[in-house]
Amino acid sequence: MFVRGLKRKCFDGEEDIEGTLAGIKAIPSYNLQRQSLLDMSLVKLQLCHMLVEPNLCRSVLIANTVRQIQEEMTQDGTWQMMNTQSTGQASLDRLVSTDILCRSSREQAEGKHVPSYGTFSKNFEGDQGQDSSETMSTASSVQAPRNLQSNVWEMENPQENKGNFQKSLDQIFETLENTSPNSVEDLFSEVDNSYYDLDTMLTGMMSNTKMGHCDGLETFSSPTNTASNSNCKSDLNELDHIVEILVES
Amino acid sequence: ADIISTVEFNYSGDLLATGDKGGRVVIFQREQENKSRPLSRGEYNVYSTFQSHEPEFDYLKSLEIEEKINKIRWLPQQNAAHFLLSTNDKTIKLWKISERDKRAEGYNLKDEDGRLRDPVRIKELRVPTLKPMDLMVEASPRRIFANAHTYHINSISINSDYATYLSADDLRINLWHLEITNRSFNIVDIKPTNMEELTEVITAAEFHPQQCNVFVYSSSKGTIRLCDMRSSALCDRHSKFFEEPEDPSSRSFFSEIISSISDVKFSHNGRYMMTRDYLSIKVWDLNMENRPVETYQVHEYLRSKLCSLYENDCIFDKFECCWNGLDSTIMTGSYNNFFRMFDRNTRRDTTLEASRESSKSRAILKPRKVCTGGKRKKDEISVDSLDFNKKILHTAWHPTENFIAVAATNNLYLFQDKVN
Repeated sequence: MFVRGLKRKCFDGEEDIEGTLAGIKAIPSYNLQRQSLLDMSLVKLQLCHMLVEPNLCRSVLIANTVRQIQEEMTQDGTWQMMNTQSTGQASLDRLVSTDILCRSSREQAEGKHVPSYGTFSKNFEGDQGQDSSETMSTASSVQAPRNLQSNVWEMENPQENKGNFQKSLDQIFETLENTSPNSVEDLFSEVDNSYYDLDTMLTGMMSNTKMGHCDGLETFSSPTNTASNSNCKSDLNELDHIVEILVES
Repeated sequence: ADIISTVEFNYSGDLLATGDKGGRVVIFQREQENKSRPLSRGEYNVYSTFQSHEPEFDYLKSLEIEEKINKIRWLPQQNAAHFLLSTNDKTIKLWKISERDKRAEGYNLKDEDGRLRDPVRIKELRVPTLKPMDLMVEASPRRIFANAHTYHINSISINSDYATYLSADDLRINLWHLEITNRSFNIVDIKPTNMEELTEVITAAEFHPQQCNVFVYSSSKGTIRLCDMRSSALCDRHSKFFEEPEDPSSRSFFSEIISSISDVKFSHNGRYMMTRDYLSIKVWDLNMENRPVETYQVHEYLRSKLCSLYENDCIFDKFECCWNGLDSTIMTGSYNNFFRMFDRNTRRDTTLEASRESSKSRAILKPRKVCTGGKRKKDEISVDSLDFNKKILHTAWHPTENFIAVAATNNLYLFQDKVN
């Protein structure tokens, strides 16, 4: 339900704005589509956790798609915004093939432009940091991983692989925000990142989630990612915000 | 009426069972030949209705267990009663459906209304006699097979030995004996020790129709594994592995999702199996693992819409498929209440629609066509006008005759070949 409310226009045709620009400008457009697909997938995964019991097959397929995108993004060197000749060519090739699969001829002809997408592209092409995102949909998708992490801290049952899971989540955050070269190597290790761990852990948790659980956060000491620690309270507010939106829709 | 979630003919085709989202099972029976109403043969009327599963609550996980019937499978008839297995996400039940059309009258110890008679007042003995009564069809649960699946059950399949059956969930397959409910054997387990490493799930499983030691299971990565239970107790290692190499020119981010197999069915003769993925149906020869022998495009016009279908979750719809009795035609559903039939011999395909408007009783269905681009001809429907909420996921074909059952959301349609 929530996903349908998201007026996120995906691949099916909006790349024409950038498509008309030659050479290097076409690459950000493909990256935009890919980023959009990544965000959509992350939102879907998070919504899985809101349901009574997530469909494991669907979760696995979405998680595999996310991993695919992340792998390609690191191979492209997109994080560093490096535009070497070879990667540029490879991206273009992939751009074509994805186009054929996802564009409808009608939308090609009309050359649709979606305002929310314009906003998003501006943020993306900037500093890769997405804290200043304006649209609600972008906010929910970008903030989703951080909320997931804060939710993890509220879990009552310790998971044996929680340490790994924390590390994995951190890597996901780095994927989305970080421009430092070190993150690339980290990503090649556990990219699988336990989305179904999220499924299994959060389904039990989600059904009795109340707003603003700060107590668990105070007592839990996170071994990694102090940056997220400081953001935890704001993350919870965002979680409230998102849940409010979900309830309204 | 609730959304129909499974449709299945029994072995003779005289009974048709449907399961719905509310946990109910409705069984239809075929009308017998009737000289006074020659056209009545072929009509199915309601025979029995019962509540198979109720919603449950898993207190440990704080999750509700849906009562939706995922699958129904009939047992071959061995006496006057009929038996079927029905399953929801967690529990399988064996139901006995029996008829009662006689009633015993003239008991000695109790009155006709059931009250006990005073033994002192009985002066003579009489033999109770059987008197006819209105037909009553009773359904009673005979076995309940519970607590064996951590994940959601997607398939059940009765073995050709008629004594055992398998049940498959996302990560495991269990073997049961129909008489024993407190024990089942795990025969396939693909759960990784570290759930973070999970990338593939089981989507469907079926026993071979003749070889009681052979079964297959399909995966979300578009592969099918054939296992032989004689080789080892745990069939984690397959005997055969069916996978079609990917076409690199059509690779996209959605390739894996659309390759996920939603249904697998053996042919009646046991030589072939058919798999349904999002856009196509493939027929495999069991002796050839590296590619299917036939591929049929169900709705190729959706390939350019995959992103939208991913966004609205339609890309995860699980379509079923079925063979006709002679294994010469295969059938599957699509969107807009369309369903498709493929004749394997002539290679001709038909698109038909199951809707009230287009099918009056006894009227011949008109073939439909989807227009993919350019000028739309009269009677054609364009891709963008398709209603993706009207999906036909479940269809069934009579085992011997050309009679089909098509479930369109909460309506059941029965079609038959033109009777001349």
